[in-house]
Amino acid sequence: MFKTYQAIALSAVIASASIFAIERAQAQDEIYVPLFTYRTGPFSGSGIPIANGLHDYLAMLNERDGGIGGVRLRIEECETSYDAKKGVECYEAVKAKKPVIVNPWSTGTTLSLIPRASVDKVPVLSMAYGLSASADGETFPWIFNPPNTYWDGMSSILNYIGEQEGGLENLKDKKIGYVYLDAGFGKEPIPLLESLSKEIGFDLKLYPVPADNMQNQSSQWLSIRRDKPDYVVLFGWGALNPTAIKEAVKINYPRDKLISIWWPGEDDVRSAGPQAKGIKALNWHAVGADFPAIEDIRKHVVDAGKSKTDKAKVGEVLYNRGLYNSLLIAEAIANAQKITGKKVVDGEDVRRGLESIDLTPERLKELGLEGFAEPLKLTCKDHNGHKATFVQEWDGDKWVRITDPIDPLRDRVKPLLESAAKEYAEKNSGWPKRTEACDSPA
Amino acid sequence: MFYREAGQFKTNYADDMAIFPILQDKIGVAVIIAIAFIAVPLFGNSFFISAVMIPFLVYALATVGLNLLTGYTGLLSLGTAGFMGVGAFACYKLTTAFPGVNIIVWILISGFFSAAVGVFFGLPSLRIKGFYLAVTTLAAQFFLQWCFVRIPWLTNNNVSGAIEVPTRTLFGFAITGPNALPEVRYLVVLSIVTVMTLAAAHLVHGRIGRMWMAVRDMDIAAELMGIKLLQTKLLSFAVSSFYAGVAGALMVFLYLGSAEPDVFSIHISFLILFMVIIGGLGSLIGSFMGAAFIYILPIVLRYLPESLGFSVSPATVEHVNHMVIGALIIFFLIVEPHGLARLWQTAKQKLRTWPFPY
Repeated sequence: MFKTYQAIALSAVIASASIFAIERAQAQDEIYVPLFTYRTGPFSGSGIPIANGLHDYLAMLNERDGGIGGVRLRIEECETSYDAKKGVECYEAVKAKKPVIVNPWSTGTTLSLIPRASVDKVPVLSMAYGLSASADGETFPWIFNPPNTYWDGMSSILNYIGEQEGGLENLKDKKIGYVYLDAGFGKEPIPLLESLSKEIGFDLKLYPVPADNMQNQSSQWLSIRRDKPDYVVLFGWGALNPTAIKEAVKINYPRDKLISIWWPGEDDVRSAGPQAKGIKALNWHAVGADFPAIEDIRKHVVDAGKSKTDKAKVGEVLYNRGLYNSLLIAEAIANAQKITGKKVVDGEDVRRGLESIDLTPERLKELGLEGFAEPLKLTCKDHNGHKATFVQEWDGDKWVRITDPIDPLRDRVKPLLESAAKEYAEKNSGWPKRTEACDSPA
Repeated sequence: MFYREAGQFKTNYADDMAIFPILQDKIGVAVIIAIAFIAVPLFGNSFFISAVMIPFLVYALATVGLNLLTGYTGLLSLGTAGFMGVGAFACYKLTTAFPGVNIIVWILISGFFSAAVGVFFGLPSLRIKGFYLAVTTLAAQFFLQWCFVRIPWLTNNNVSGAIEVPTRTLFGFAITGPNALPEVRYLVVLSIVTVMTLAAAHLVHGRIGRMWMAVRDMDIAAELMGIKLLQTKLLSFAVSSFYAGVAGALMVFLYLGSAEPDVFSIHISFLILFMVIIGGLGSLIGSFMGAAFIYILPIVLRYLPESLGFSVSPATVEHVNHMVIGALIIFFLIVEPHGLARLWQTAKQKLRTWPFPY
């Protein structure tokens, strides 16, 4: 019995030591880039390829170039399970190690981090998710959400639907269904949809899917079968996407009238079988591994056994999404080094680096990603870019790009964005005025 | 040898009824409180304070609340997270409507909103018991979460459907919002939790606690002895929900800093119920042990391999974590079905006879 108590006491001591050991001294010649990922839980289906893409690109820079500007990156993953509380815990865990940037990969976590970013001097890169209003760099100098907001995405989808019908005004008396995750992410576009529905005169049907019931959407799709909307717009994440696609196949909803925001991956669609052919989704970057940089990832990281990526999945849409995110991180760090002349940069430098991101076609070519994505330029005012997106179609085997870039309805999005940013600052009384100097034009 | 009550005579009823009847217990509790108030903020790092201790205390408070209902009154509830949410949203509405009033006042008052909602959903408890009551409280959980998602008024029409915490101060120190130091937030949470736990201890040691326990042990007998069942059960619901509401407000305002309705999901209700069961039904110290077991242990397991120098991927750690915690829960329930509190009781009994057990 005594032995047991000793063992318990010993393990308790080790355990408490481990909590305190988190704050460790770090080597001076490293740039610490934590990655908040989720490879477990109901959202892991989307989370794993993104985590792989995020990790592999940065790991490749370490292996091929010895980091950025000669400084190695210290890449560490923190598992969040897409739980906002765990995300905040991860943030607290990495904060002490002086991260230069955080990527929450969860709207809930992003919302918690937005007020802290300016205090802790850690920029938040929430790539095409999070708070849409944070695109306003004047109000949110520390938050970046390029290359588009959900409002941009939604309006691009409407623009595309309008094109199909021969003009936005032809949407009058059409029925548009909206299937969405019933959380901040899915609810954000609703005001835009509602105002457009009034103005143009289309009939808007909402089908919310609660987060804890994503795998059971039969009631939503039963309503869709009854209502027969002309188009269905899907805003899903994690298990919501494959379930929705399966249900659409089951009720035989015309697949080519189902248009999703940019989150469904190959596996989400594949699981619905060959009948899922024709489903459409937005995207803003290339699919496939046919780029020198991705070849390098294959050579230096995946084939070298330094990654968890399945070789066949390199270049899939969500993998490339993660890669695009890491591309922005790397670019921001490189810019920060250029602006400050320092090798080892910190969060404040990287914030300036993010504000001077200018991914021209030439720069993309230089990075080995020619034609990977549309050029992107961020400024102090615009932390988003509001870039055009294109529609891709599932051909039963892979995503195929079927349109030219489609612009969002920028004139609609802008006032929404400005008023949302203003409202956020007003509601959070004492929201700090921007004091950070502006570097550009660099 | 050291833990023996020999020579400690109780000469009046008050001594006999004291919460800590033995001198050593008094000293022990004083030491723990001193460590919590002085050593932790002095020596703990920011991660330990803000990601371990603050949420642990918040969960412990909610667990104390549920223990009053489930452990002391014998009424099973699965609506805890919903009641926590009521507290959080009430506090948000109150502090945005009346920003001049101190946030601590609003945190405590939001508990009363939660209590009112709890009483309402506690009404069926007069007629139904056990699993059936669990189902009606489950309805409360779903209904309340539905309200948080569906009623934009609750979030002041926020587009993202979340509540965000503004900065509020106490004695010139920021206690909520991004500028609040972890130590300050911790001390505020700790003070509230300490005071409310002591209040709960007094409550369960007094007339009301005895009424609750009488109802738990046999409600018909309790009724025959003149205890009014409706009032007693509703009081239990009210007090329990009050605790949950304050815990919810603390969780959003002093820990997370912003919250989507998803924070108060059914998952949290189960988690807190597990904390009660693992810690020990009808034990306040068990509430803290249960909260520590369910909340702190996974964090320790998560960072243990790294601090020992093993490089394991975080996803693997997470999977192992789930398995280990699951196995430990089964282990403890087999070895000690009455929870960690009973384990502590047994240890105390052994300490009394140590080093000469008979």
